[in-house]
Amino acid sequence: MSAGQPVLLLAPEDNVLIAVRDLPAGQRLVDGGDEIVLPDAVPLGHKLARRPIPRGASVIKYGASIGSATRDIPAGAWVHLHNLASDYLATAGAGDRP
Amino acid sequence: MRGWRRADGRKGIRNVLLVAYLVECAHHVARAIAERHDDGDVQLIGFPGCYPNDYAQAMMERLCCHPNVGAVLLVSLGCESFARRRLLEVVRASGRPAELLVIQEAGGTRSSIARGRAWVAGTLPVLAAQATVPLAPEELVIGTICGGSDGTSGLTANPAIGRAFDRLIAAGAAGIFEETGELIGCEGHMASRAATPELAAEIVACVDKAARYYTTLGHGSFAVGNADGGLTTQEEKSMGAYAKSGASPIVGLLKPGDQPPGGGLYLLDVVPDGEVRFGFPNIADNAEIVELIACGAHVILFSTGRGSVVGSAISPVIKVCANPDTFRRLPEDMDIDAGRILEGRADLDTVGAEIAALVTAVAGGTRTCSEALGHQEFILTYKSFTPAGPACLPGR
Repeated sequence: MSAGQPVLLLAPEDNVLIAVRDLPAGQRLVDGGDEIVLPDAVPLGHKLARRPIPRGASVIKYGASIGSATRDIPAGAWVHLHNLASDYLATAGAGDRP
Repeated sequence: MRGWRRADGRKGIRNVLLVAYLVECAHHVARAIAERHDDGDVQLIGFPGCYPNDYAQAMMERLCCHPNVGAVLLVSLGCESFARRRLLEVVRASGRPAELLVIQEAGGTRSSIARGRAWVAGTLPVLAAQATVPLAPEELVIGTICGGSDGTSGLTANPAIGRAFDRLIAAGAAGIFEETGELIGCEGHMASRAATPELAAEIVACVDKAARYYTTLGHGSFAVGNADGGLTTQEEKSMGAYAKSGASPIVGLLKPGDQPPGGGLYLLDVVPDGEVRFGFPNIADNAEIVELIACGAHVILFSTGRGSVVGSAISPVIKVCANPDTFRRLPEDMDIDAGRILEGRADLDTVGAEIAALVTAVAGGTRTCSEALGHQEFILTYKSFTPAGPACLPGR
């Protein structure tokens, strides 16, 4: 992530960035050599896609999967409840874990 | 870094004289003995309960023989159930000056306070005359905790502490993270970092236990307010706390009071074993800090967003402030301004290096903000644990 951007990259392998202030739709970001234009507004502390994330792929934050995309997510799009779902089975002691 | 060498080979970065009450009924006398000394070298700890508890006994033994402790005065009422003679023998066997004051045998409050003060006055010069020796990074144990968290904690202070952990552990130190109840959803990832498959299974079982315990107590894990702050899933929320652990392999699973057998990253299981009793596992942040210290932690890295001001008895607490507004409101209480990351004035690696450098300075005698302000919080309550199995420490 280039310095001076209003987003945070928590781990190099992440496919999401974190807004460090409220970002409006149309905001331009530079990630490495690539320019990202935000199709959606992204509030402070929320996630946006660093690159396209296909439906079913893991969303990676802190270098770890935090769930799977429930639809195709274009680069720059806000990532939240409408396009990301948990893979976690909150059943204590109930067997298979990833 | 320099430390005081103890008979068990460990070294302390402080040389504290502890005054320890063994039941709430002895608290006032113990406080009156300790409060004369406001320079931080005489500190008050204690266990309030009258009824016996193996966990509390073991914790007091570990704490009174912590490497940062140089001498111990035990203050007993006389009729409580605490095994005071055993504790006295354990501390004396560790080579430390130790004394037991029993109020019912010493003529009551006034004469007990006078006797206690006289013992402290006679012992402090003994501690002051003890020389320090060089302390290597691999002799250091560091604990981490978060408290007063907000939406910034998982973005700045926690991952910055993770970077500091990576540096200190790479230099040979032992690092301990904890609060399995806040790690629900991360057990799969933690298992993938475990040194052995058997340890991985123990970690998953330990988080399952926490999930069951908190469910019984009526705690949900993921709240609607979390989503407002930008968190989407359970595993994402837990990752924010988990980020304090950094990226090192997990080499062991400890229970309160277990000593890390060597360097590396350890998970501390703070949720009691067996049926749910005695209420909440940890009633406030200092209960977890005390458990980290009982595992030998010399220094605690405390991440806070809202602005906790606490310190601790025995081991210095370094406050890493996640939120830049909080840092501006409480500058005297905060050691590290990790919120600069949100304002583009620093990055995670810079702040991580700053935290690791401060750990080294504190281990060399520099006082943390909470130490300088006189914070010496301490909580010890009832719990029960079964010993960790052999799979929990594969390196031993």
